[in-house]
This record gives sequence, structure tokens and C-alpha cells, in this order.
Amino acid sequence: MSTDETGDYPIIIEGLCNGFGDQLIHENLSLKVRRGEILGVVGGSGTGKSVLMRSIIGLQQPRGGSIKVFGNEVADGIDAQESKDIRPRWGVLFQGGALFSTLTVEENIEVPLRQFYPEISDNLRGEIARFKVKISGLPEDAAFKYPNELSGGMKKRAGLARALALDPELLFLDEPTAGLDPIGAATFDQLTSELQETLGLTVFLITHDLDTLYAICDRVAVLADKQVIAVGTIPELLALDHPWIQEYFNGPRGRAAQSSQDRGRKAKAQPDVAKALPDVAKALPGVAKAMDNSRESGA
Amino acid sequence: MPRRSFSRITPPAMREWADFTFENGDKGATVVALTGPLRISTIGDLDRRLEALEDKVDRLDLSQATDIDTAGAWIAWRFSRDWQAELTGASDKAQRLIAAVSQARGDDEAEAEHEGPLVITSGWLGKNILGAWHGAYKIIGFLGEVMIALGSLLVHPGRFRAKAMVHQMELVGVNSLGIIGLMSFLVGIVIAQQGAVQLREFGAEMLTINLTGRISLRELGILMTAIMVAGRSGSAFAAQIGTMKLTEEIDAMRTIGVSPMEALVVPRVLAAMLMMPLLGFFASLCAIIGGAVISAFQIGIPFFIFLTRIQEVVPLHDFWVGIIKAPVFGLIIAVSGCYNGMQVKSNSEEVGLRTTMAVVAGIFMVIVLDAFFAVFFSEVGLG
Repeated sequence: MSTDETGDYPIIIEGLCNGFGDQLIHENLSLKVRRGEILGVVGGSGTGKSVLMRSIIGLQQPRGGSIKVFGNEVADGIDAQESKDIRPRWGVLFQGGALFSTLTVEENIEVPLRQFYPEISDNLRGEIARFKVKISGLPEDAAFKYPNELSGGMKKRAGLARALALDPELLFLDEPTAGLDPIGAATFDQLTSELQETLGLTVFLITHDLDTLYAICDRVAVLADKQVIAVGTIPELLALDHPWIQEYFNGPRGRAAQSSQDRGRKAKAQPDVAKALPDVAKALPGVAKAMDNSRESGA
Repeated sequence: MPRRSFSRITPPAMREWADFTFENGDKGATVVALTGPLRISTIGDLDRRLEALEDKVDRLDLSQATDIDTAGAWIAWRFSRDWQAELTGASDKAQRLIAAVSQARGDDEAEAEHEGPLVITSGWLGKNILGAWHGAYKIIGFLGEVMIALGSLLVHPGRFRAKAMVHQMELVGVNSLGIIGLMSFLVGIVIAQQGAVQLREFGAEMLTINLTGRISLRELGILMTAIMVAGRSGSAFAAQIGTMKLTEEIDAMRTIGVSPMEALVVPRVLAAMLMMPLLGFFASLCAIIGGAVISAFQIGIPFFIFLTRIQEVVPLHDFWVGIIKAPVFGLIIAVSGCYNGMQVKSNSEEVGLRTTMAVVAGIFMVIVLDAFFAVFFSEVGLG
């Protein structure tokens, strides 16, 4: 494998097999994650989305196949040296947040800092923890709270802050918007996408949330039949006629998510037009009025 | 800006560390230029050295920084803020990251108010005394709740969880037969052997039988069993119920209309109260057998003679003294376990803490009550 390829693809999975007892979860699964993209991973319940993530981050030993993360083979277990090389370069947000319940949010964020960079002074460590809290969209006083004092959405944000503690290149999110209200889910999506842009992250995002897929994912990988049956943008996936994909994206919820996405895009686009042409609008009040009318009818 | 002494940590050879240069630029302006990668893995040392700078700095130059992440951006931004220094030479990425971290300007950590040691100590003492008082008050309240639940089960016997109780009886009683039997057997050996050594001085070795038989039935059988049950089952009650509190199972029960008192606490309390006398009696028997075995070898009293003599020298009321105490001890242990489990509120550490408290409080209360029982029974003539 060329070094260029590992540079472009932080995660390369080939021929992965996973199973519990007699039950096979993944059979000959292959997937490449591109640098700098948000890859959504979808699939019905029990298709092994979480198992896939756990295999990549070394919590589940696969039965066979190869998983290369930053060019390091991790399918055969992560040894001490690899752990030192790779673990600081990724961050993981577990489904429930998985915050350490006896530590405050700030102390939670400091755990990876202490683990990997003990030379950082206490003062700086606290400051880093607090700006991560802020970057993750939490109010500053949340830093001193214990996880049981936080709401579900805040726990996820605190978990995200901990995942981002070491400025990782690779971020794993396991159903980040599950259990959040629609407004909370939308702002979390926005946060993910902003952080991805600002920090240049590669995001591996497991989700059931169609809105998330439409809003922020660059590509979507579909898990079914023990494999990744397709990877691509949503229009590319829609062009395939696999029954599960069609049902997923064209089912009642899929359509609703799509149309709300279109609405959002239109609403965003129209003011831009008006802004771009202020002179025209001023010169021709009729046009401005017509534009307003069209906006109303469009919405 | 805080200044403090520091010792420079020698960086491992592998890592390229961030560094800075300090120079006097044109027109007397001092310029600090950060060099090398400004990443979280490289700035630990730089941070200390920048904090130790004492001269005024007018400009912070980032043009020689090869790489930057949010931690590096934070250092740069904080430095320029503290010194009112102009930031120059920042790449696009650096500017973007600095903009992101500068939203969080608060390094004003909420400082805890520091009090004198006298205030802290007396506050701690007062808090603990009040805590103990409230604890005693609440545990009596809990005992009352158990009684009410028992009463309402008498009125509505259909709601009684017989299956749960039988299951708990198995856990508390049957499963601990082995360990309690072995422990008591060994305790019996120790009593008989040590007793015989002392009694031999007076030529009264035969009294070893009285000693072993009476102390096993009256005191030790029940007491040792209570300690073992507190360690095995009292802790299990606290941990089970505490975990169920954490996972909101108890709340779920309440919303469905199942009373956790009736479903969880009453079966455990009754199981402990029923099993304690049986286990205690079993323990006494094992202790006597242990004594008989060691006597056969050490003192030369044949095994069956020992057992026959037991019938003659141990009054029946010794048996009753032991058996009457047993259910009371069972009640204390089970209530202590269930109560502490119910007190778990927020996190997993509390489960451990409450489990320990359940065992310690249970054993302590058992021993206190045992002393009361001892005085009481000898006063009423069952000495």
C-alpha cells in the first residue's frame, strides 16, 4: 500500500470479519474514509454499525481482515507503541456520552490531557479544558458540574469536548443526535460541521438521523447484508436501486427529512439573492415586491 | 500575569518542541516569535517559559510556526491578551483557530473561598454529627416504611412477591451454607482448643464441652453468622438496589405502580429474617462439631461422648437465647442494606460507598444490640 493512500484515507478497512458465537456480523467488509470528510454510517438495527466503530478503535477484536488507521494495522490488537501513536490522534464520543461520573466536566476533559501530555502545567490544562467546553457549545459554568447535573444534550456536548481534548484528526461519533430534541439535534449537527471545518477533522458518524445525513454528511456508507453495500453522496445512493436504500431514503421519514432540507436551503438562498442585488431591488421596487411574494409562496 | 518558578522538563528526544525567540525589533519594540509546531503535544514546555517572561512584549509573531492546533492557538491568543501584544504572521488556519478559542475568554476560575482550619474542622464535625442524626432519623423512618409495606401486604396478600422472597432465601441462606459451615467449624476448633489449654491448668478439661456448647449456641454461632450475612447479603442488597436507582429502574417501578418497598425491600427483609435463625442454628451445630473433633484429638474426649455431654450441660434456654436474636439481626442487616441502596442518587462511586456503609453499619448495630441482649437475658434469669 502506498503512503499516499494512507495519507488520503485515515481509515482503510479491507475484508473485515466480525461475529459473536455463531452469528456473523460483518463478512468481508471494506470501507475507506477520506481525509477531511464527514462520513455518515447508516444501517438497520443490528447491522453492526457500533461493532464496526468498536473494531476500528480497538475495543473489539475482529475475526479477520485488515483495519489500517493512519497506516497502522489495528485489527491484530493495538500494542503499547501503537496506542501511544494513534490514540491521541482520535477522539470518540460514545452514545451516552460515557463521561466519568465522579469527575466534573472539566476534570473529564483533563483526563486525556493528563494521560498523554503530563508535561502541560495544571494551569494550562484547566484553560484548555475550559475553552473546549466553550467550543463544544456549553456554558462556561458547565465545566464545574458533574455529569448527573447535566441534561442529555449537555452530556453529549461534554462528551464531545472530551473527545476533542487532544485536537484529534479523527472523530468518531456514535449516534450523536439520538435522544436530542430537534432543535438540539440541529444545533449539534451545526456544531459538528463547524468544528469539522475549523479543526479540519475527519468525522466517522454513526447515525439514524436522516436530517443529520442530509445536513452535514459529505458521503454516506450503507451497512447491510454484513457488508458496506454502497458509499457515496445521497444523490449517488438514490440512483442505486437496492431495496433497503430506497426504503430508507424514500420512506416517509426520508422524504420528510429531504423536503425540510430543501426548505432550509431555499430559505437560506433567497436572502442572499436579495443581498446581492440591493441596488436592483432599490431601483425596481416592483421586483423587490415580486421577490417577496415569491419567497412567501415558496415557503 | 502569574509568575512562578519552574524547572524546565527535559523533553524526550523524539519530539520536536515548540520554542520561541525574543528580540528587540526596530523602534525598540520587543517581538516574541513562536517557532516550531504549536501543537498540544509540543507546547507543554513553551507554556511554562512564556509564563516566566517578565519583559514587556509588543508583538507576537506566528509566521515561523510550522503547525498549529487549538491548544497552540490558545497559548498564542492568551499571550497576546496578557501582554496586549499585537498578533502578526498568523496563517489562515491559525486565525481560524484563534477566532474559535477566543470565544472562551474565561480563565477566571470560580475561586473557592478559603476558610481557616478552625472553621473547616468545626464545620466538618458539625456536618458529621448532623449527618449521623439525620441518618438515624431516616433509617428509623425507613424501618417504619417497611412495617407499613408489611402491613399493607397483610391486607392485600395477593401483592406479596413469594417468588422473589424464595429467590432471596436461596441467595441469603442456601448459597451461604458452605462458607458459614466452614467458618463456624473452624471457630469451634479454636474455642475448644484454646479453652482446653486454659482449663487444663485447673484440671477442668471436661468443662471445654460446656464452654464450646454454650458459647456457640448463645453467642458465637449467631453473631458470626450475622457478620457473614452482612458481608455477603447486606452488601449485595445495597449494591443491587443502588444500581437499580442509578439506572432509574426504581423510578420506572414507581411509575408503573409497583411499590419498590413491596417488590424489593420486603422480600429481602423477610428472607434475611427467616434465614438468619436457620443459618445461626446451623452455624452453632458446626461449631460444636468442630469442638468435638478437636477434643477427640487433643483432649482425648471421644467424639460421641462430647456430643452426649453437650445435651447434659447446655440448658435449653441457651438455644432460645440464640434463636430469638437471629431474626432481629437479620432485620437490621437487611434494612441497613436496602436503606443504603435506596440512598444512592447520582453516580457509581456512591454505590460503592453505600455498600460499605451498609455492611459497616449493619455489623456495628448487630454487635451493639448483641451487648444489650446479653445484659437483658442475664437480668431476666436466663444467664
